[in-house]
Amino acid sequence: MLLKGNEALALAAIRYGVDAYYGYPITPQSEIMETLIAQKPWESTGMTVLQAESEVAAINMVYGTAATGRMAMTSSSGPGISLMQNGISYLCGANLPCLIVNVMRGGPGLGTISPSQADYFQATRGGGHGDYRTLVLAPSSVQEMADFVAIAFQWAFRYRNPAMILADGTIGQMMEKVTLPPFQQRLTASEVAKLHTWASTGRREGQQRNIVSSLDLDPAAMELKCLNREQRYQVAIDNDARHQAIHCDDAEILIVAFGSAARICTKTVQLARQQGIRAGLFRPITLWPFPAQALRQAAQHAQHILVVELNAGQMIDDVRLALTTQNNPTTTPNLPNTSNHPNTPTITHYGRLGGVVFTPEEILNHIKNIHTAPPTQTAPPTQTTPPTQTAPSTPPH
Amino acid sequence: MLLYKKPSLLTDTNMHYCPGCSHAVVNKIIAEVLEEMNIGTENIIGVSPVGCGVFIYNYIDIDWVEAAHGRAPAVATGVKRMNPDKLVFTYQGDGEVTAIGTGEVIHACNRGENIAIIFINNAVFGMTNGQMAPTTPLGMKTTTCPDGRDPQLNGYPLPMAQLFADIQGTCYVTRQAVNTYKAVKNTKKAIRRAFDYSLQRKGTSVVEIICACPTNWKMTPVEANKYISDFSVKTFPLGDLKRP
Amino acid sequence: MTCEILIAGFGGQGVLSMGKILAYAGIMNNKEVTWLPSYGPEQRGGTSNVTVVISDNAISSPIVDHFDVVIALNQQSLTKFESKVKPDGQLIYDTYGITTPPSRTDIRIYPIDAMQTAVKNNMQKMFNTIILGALIAVNPIVSINDVMQSLKKTLPERYHHLLPANEQALHIGFNL
Repeated sequence: MLLKGNEALALAAIRYGVDAYYGYPITPQSEIMETLIAQKPWESTGMTVLQAESEVAAINMVYGTAATGRMAMTSSSGPGISLMQNGISYLCGANLPCLIVNVMRGGPGLGTISPSQADYFQATRGGGHGDYRTLVLAPSSVQEMADFVAIAFQWAFRYRNPAMILADGTIGQMMEKVTLPPFQQRLTASEVAKLHTWASTGRREGQQRNIVSSLDLDPAAMELKCLNREQRYQVAIDNDARHQAIHCDDAEILIVAFGSAARICTKTVQLARQQGIRAGLFRPITLWPFPAQALRQAAQHAQHILVVELNAGQMIDDVRLALTTQNNPTTTPNLPNTSNHPNTPTITHYGRLGGVVFTPEEILNHIKNIHTAPPTQTAPPTQTTPPTQTAPSTPPH
Repeated sequence: MLLYKKPSLLTDTNMHYCPGCSHAVVNKIIAEVLEEMNIGTENIIGVSPVGCGVFIYNYIDIDWVEAAHGRAPAVATGVKRMNPDKLVFTYQGDGEVTAIGTGEVIHACNRGENIAIIFINNAVFGMTNGQMAPTTPLGMKTTTCPDGRDPQLNGYPLPMAQLFADIQGTCYVTRQAVNTYKAVKNTKKAIRRAFDYSLQRKGTSVVEIICACPTNWKMTPVEANKYISDFSVKTFPLGDLKRP
Repeated sequence: MTCEILIAGFGGQGVLSMGKILAYAGIMNNKEVTWLPSYGPEQRGGTSNVTVVISDNAISSPIVDHFDVVIALNQQSLTKFESKVKPDGQLIYDTYGITTPPSRTDIRIYPIDAMQTAVKNNMQKMFNTIILGALIAVNPIVSINDVMQSLKKTLPERYHHLLPANEQALHIGFNL
C-alpha cells in the first residue's frame, strides 16, 4: 500500500484496537483525524473518533478515556501540543497511559507549517510542569509511523505513562510503501476491568473505589509517588532505549540524527563513503529514553560527532551528556549510567531552522569541511552552523 | 427506632468543608440520590473538579476521575464515550463552569453529551481565599474587587444557565439552592432528574445550585443563607430553565 | 537504479496526483518509492510541487537536492527548478505560456506541447496523463502498462470508464 505517514498511523491505530481518538485540526497532521473518520471505525472496531473543540479539550478527553483503562490517543503539531502540555502533565501525574502524536512544524509561535524538529526539548524533557518524562519514539519512515503505534501503547501501559510519537511534516506528509499491522480485537469491558484494576470503570460490589488523580497534598506521600514514577523510568532507560546504527563500526565522522533528518543523513553517509570519507550514522529511535549506552559504543572510533537536526541544537545536549558524563554514582535516577569514553571526539551541530529542510548534499559539504579542517580549527561545540552567506539551496517545500 | 441514617455511599472521612458551606449539603444529597437510584456503584463514575469540591472523591464511595481545572466536561466526555450505559456526572464550581472551563462545558452541552453537570455557584473562588468569580453579584466585595464588583471594570455576573438552556444539546437546565429545607428538597429532585435523564440519554443536564460560602462572604452560616434568599436569587432566579 | 523526479506547476493543476500515479506505477513495477509533496495553502493556488523517488533499492532520503528529471508545468516552476536538474539530467516542460525557455546546455531538454494537444484532442482533463506519457517516452523508469495499473488502483471505481481515454492520452503524450 502507498500511504502518507499520517494515513498509515491512523489506519494502524484502528487495526491495533485503539479505543478512542480525540483531536483538533492543525497542519501538517490533519489527515490523521480525516483518515480515521473516513474509515468509520465506530462501525467496525467500535473505536470512538471525536473532533474536540480545542487541543485542551482533546487531551482532557484522552485523560477521561485513559482513566477508564482504555487506549486513547490524540495528535497535533507544535502549537497544539503546547496547549496540551497541562493535560500531559496531569496524565503523567495520574499514571495514565495514552499516545500523543506530534507532527512537528517550524516554530516558535505560529511559525510555519513546514517540517521541523524544534520540539525535541519539549518532547524529551516532559514539556509541562513537574517531574516527568514522556516515552518518545521518532519514526523516520511511513512504515514506522504505522509500527510505532503498537510499541507506544505497549510501553504506555507497561510504564503507566503517556508515550509520544514525534514525527515531522516530512514523515507525516510523504508517501511510501507500507505494510499495515493485522487487525486486533478491542478489549471487552470485562477484560479491561480485569487487566487494569486501577481504572475507574465503576466500583464493583465489595471492592475499594478507584480514584484516578494526580493530587496529593501530603508532600511525603507525593514524594513516594514521584519516586515510584522515577523507578518505572529507570526500567525504561535500562530496557527500552532503541537506536539504529549505520556504518558506525569504523566511522571517523559520526552523524547523530533522528527522524526525517536521519533519513536525509542516510544518503549523506552513502555519498560520503563513495568519496572515501568514513562516515557513519547513529539514529536514536527512542529520544527518551535516549540510547546513551549504544551511542558511546558507536562513537568509539569517531574523531568527530556531528549532530544534525532541524533545529538550533537540542538533541546535541543529550549527545554531550552521553559522551561526557563520567561513571559517577548519582542520586538522580534518570541520568544514564556512563563509563569513561576512550577518546574525546569533538561534538558540533548542524541545523536548519524555521521549517527549512537540509539536503543530503548540504550535509555532505559540511562534512567535507570538517574532514579537511585541521582539528584546531573545528567549530566551537555550541555553534549551530548555518550555511554560508550564499543563498541556501531550498529543498522543494 | 431508626429515624435517620447516613447515606450508605457517604464515607466516614471527615469533610474538609468550612462550617455552613453548601458543598457538604450537596455532597450528601448526591450520595442520597445515588443510593436511592439503586443502579449499583459499578454503573457510576464521577468526575471531580479543582476547587473546594476537589475532595468530593474522598466523601462519596464511587469510582472517580479527578480532572484538571475546568476540564471536567471534556474528561467526562472521554469517560462517557467509553461507558455509554453508565451514569457519568461532573461536580464543578463557578470558577470551572463560568471562567476557565467555559469552552469545555459549552461544547459538551452542544454535543449533547449524556452526562449530568452539577454546578456549584457560590459567587467566589473559595479554594484560593475568595477572589471574584464571573458569577460574583454586582457590589459584592471580594479580595480582587475589594470595593465591590463594578461592571465598568469587571463586567456583569455571567448567566451561564441561560446560555445552557439555549443550546440544543441540553435536555434539562435548572437553578436551585440549598439554603432552606424546601430548597434542599427541590435540589434533590433536580439532581435525581438530571441523573435519570443522563441514563435515558436525553442529552446534557445541568443543575446549577446557588451555594453559600460563609467564610469568604465573611458572614455566619445563617447570614449567608439569608443573603441567598434576599440577594443572590435576584441575580440568579431559581427554577427550571429547560425541561425535556 | 534510482530516479529522482520533481513535478512542479500551479496549485490545483493535479501535480500531486500526477506524482501519486507515478509513484504507484513504480510500485506496480516492483520498485521502492517515496512521494513528498509541498503542502499547505499553496495547494489552492501559487506553485505546488512533488518529489517522487523510484528505486530498485530502499530509498534513503526523500528530500532531494538535484533531480534526474524535472517536469515543469509553468514558467514559475521552470525558472525555479531549471538549476535543480543534475548535469545530463532531463528537463521536461510544457511550452504553453512559457516566455523564457531554459538555457542550460549540460542537460537534456524536452519542450512538449501538452496543453495545446490536450485542448486539440478535447482531453483537457487528461493533461497530466499526456505529460506522464511524455515522461515515459524520454525516461522509461515505468511503462505505460505500469501507469495503467496504477490508474486502476488510484482512480475510484466510478471513474474507471475513463481508463481507455487515459490510455489514449498516455500514447498521445508518448508520441509528442
